[in-house]
Amino acid sequence: MSEGASFTRGRPPLGDRLVEAALQVAGAVSVFTTAGILMVLGKETFAFFSEVSFAQFFFDTQWTPLFADKHFGIWPLLCGTMLTSLIAVVVGLPFGLLSAIYLSEFASPRFRQVAKPALELLAGVPTVVFGYFALVIITPALQVFMPELSGFNALSAGLVMGLMIVPLISSLSEDALWAVPRGLREGAWALGAGKVETILNVVLPGARSGLFAAFTLAVSRAIGETMIVAIAAGQQPRLTFDPRSPVETMTAYIVQISMGDVPVDTLEYRTIFAVGASLFVLTFGLNLIGRRFVPRAQRSR
Amino acid sequence: MSPLFRHHRATGARMERVFSTICGLAVWIPLIILAVLLVVGLSEGVSRIGVDFLTSYPSRKWEEAGILPALVGSVCLLVLTGLIALPLGVGAAVYLEEYGQRGRFARFIELNIANLAGVPSVIYGLLGLGVFVRALGMGRSLLAGACTLALLVMPVVVIVTREALRTVPDAIREGALALGASRWQAIRQVVLPMAMPGILTGSILAMSRAIGETAPLVVVGALTYVTFLPDGIDAPFTALPIQIFNWVSRPQKGFLINAAAAILVLLVTLLSLNLSAILLRNRLQQRMQG
Repeated sequence: MSEGASFTRGRPPLGDRLVEAALQVAGAVSVFTTAGILMVLGKETFAFFSEVSFAQFFFDTQWTPLFADKHFGIWPLLCGTMLTSLIAVVVGLPFGLLSAIYLSEFASPRFRQVAKPALELLAGVPTVVFGYFALVIITPALQVFMPELSGFNALSAGLVMGLMIVPLISSLSEDALWAVPRGLREGAWALGAGKVETILNVVLPGARSGLFAAFTLAVSRAIGETMIVAIAAGQQPRLTFDPRSPVETMTAYIVQISMGDVPVDTLEYRTIFAVGASLFVLTFGLNLIGRRFVPRAQRSR
Repeated sequence: MSPLFRHHRATGARMERVFSTICGLAVWIPLIILAVLLVVGLSEGVSRIGVDFLTSYPSRKWEEAGILPALVGSVCLLVLTGLIALPLGVGAAVYLEEYGQRGRFARFIELNIANLAGVPSVIYGLLGLGVFVRALGMGRSLLAGACTLALLVMPVVVIVTREALRTVPDAIREGALALGASRWQAIRQVVLPMAMPGILTGSILAMSRAIGETAPLVVVGALTYVTFLPDGIDAPFTALPIQIFNWVSRPQKGFLINAAAAILVLLVTLLSLNLSAILLRNRLQQRMQG
């Protein structure tokens, strides 16, 4: 039996130091992961931009790297990403926010205990399954009302993605609402405000930074979502804000090229890293902003 | 009480009922939609499920196609991913929670993990392609796929393990140290066993995330038409979500039915993983209290 580490001034036993070193290495893997992402994306993106100018990437309005007449303008892919994400957030935000209000202000503890894991189910369904639903159920259902809706479209993908992000928005919003001190509510009640008035005039304004965080992180999740859009939104990069038409998102493009037989170390191959780097910068920025606004008490979770 | 005031109270109560009903609907509607999608979308697949479907190889004829290589591939991936991600994730969490709390290095790692948790999974695919498939020369193999998934779920494992470790009261650590245990002895013999229910549950949940991941495996180079079983960790592979994606992408109706059946298999697997996590946690918690 070794001596009690906390009572002796001497160094901990050798075994202990080895274990600590090993655990430290395990922790360092996360640093390697980040470094790996930056290096892989950086290296291939650098090679990409040695052949394609920044001006072309940021100002051209067409994305046709696989055609004879090659264009490398990111905007069509960015536009597809924005369109599907916008639809998702427009759908997901009201459901997420209102359900958070219900769970935090109205529901009994027992209902919360059942409803929260039930909502989490939505986040647990693999996205390839949601993609199937969007393509096989939502699109045909919508086509009954909108005959001009094409078989692949931004609308169905966005709607289903909205469903997928409800639990994320709900749980982040609920954290934000919880973080509003109870005293503020009681003060409002004491002044004669009803429950609804208190929620609308006191709780929601008090939680706004946390709610903003929920919104930002949800947008980031939607932008990075891949399989739903790869299956249901189509593979046609085009500069449009018409949700009925097929579009291609940045993520779907990466999948499309990966499924094909593009030889490595060609310009076409490098496009997926350039697109991936753009995606990374976008989501990383949003996450950074979002996490700054997560309420303090919850930040460690 | 003036009539006016009473009137105000009444409308207030009605408004509250209306408002809380609307909010309550926001909980129910997404769940109902999910239920409808599951029933409407997958009922056709039920008839396809059978021994033949589970034990056949893919085929150009949808009636003969099965999911054997995908199923075997998914199981292999799951085992390998677990072998890599769980020790690393739990180790990192123990380091952060029990050793490095105040250190600068620990805080740097913490920040890193928080950032990694928000990186889209398709980016992990690009990482796997660049590092494991190409730089480390693993090729488009099971091992490369598992390493990629392991890095993807590691932040989840770290986060849930830390939460579990935090539920162990400090007095218990101090008690162990006071009895002469070294720090690692206290962790291994006292803290980890107490945190085990939480760690196991969280790990199973992390693994169930890995089993449904599609995009990173597509990018790493999982095959979509495999007529053999993997014979080692360096073998090419496919997985259940990849097979589903492949069938969904085909125009023929029959393959969509196959996709529905494969989705049912995937969801049942996920559900049983989650159920086993809950049961395991309950069992272990009882034993700890007993």
